[in-house]
Amino acid sequence: MTLTDLPTWAAMPAAILLAIGGLFTLLGAIGLLRLPDFYARMHPPTMGTTLGTGCMLVASMLVSVALLHRPVFHELLITLLIVVTTPITAMLLMRAAVHRGRR
Amino acid sequence: MSMIFQYAIWFAGLCVVLAMLCSLLRLFRGPRAQDRVLALDTFYINGMLSLLLLGIRSGLTVYFDMALLIALFGFASSVALAKFILRGEVIEP
Repeated sequence: MTLTDLPTWAAMPAAILLAIGGLFTLLGAIGLLRLPDFYARMHPPTMGTTLGTGCMLVASMLVSVALLHRPVFHELLITLLIVVTTPITAMLLMRAAVHRGRR
Repeated sequence: MSMIFQYAIWFAGLCVVLAMLCSLLRLFRGPRAQDRVLALDTFYINGMLSLLLLGIRSGLTVYFDMALLIALFGFASSVALAKFILRGEVIEP
């Protein structure tokens, strides 16, 4: 069950998805670091979080199905949790920032 | 073919570590409290992604359990901090 006997039909899409997910995560964090205002800094991390986590979880599902023949219950649960909880956090933080006043 | 996959895992790990450094920098020099909470949110998501990459590399199920726990507790802490910023109290009577 090592990674060396991963079949090609799973290795290529998983590699591409991992690279794209890492790039999205990095772009979101760079946007969080570089943008000037809090209201502008609000949305790059949510984009990076959702897309990066989604791509990496799809890659993980591919590897698990191709290599370990186990059900992908954990990945589905993490996807559901991230997709549900990221907008809630963003909305609460935005309400808090609006409540505290414009900077 | 598996070499390409190894390189992709290394590349994704490098990207996640750089993203963690960026959000840590924002956490330290954020001008107001909501910037720090947002940076902490990004930081725990990136830590969860690094655990997920470890799980893909090693094939153990334990890493996925840890990633699930980190996502759950990070969400709870972010909501508690946002509520504290909004109201000044976490649990209101």
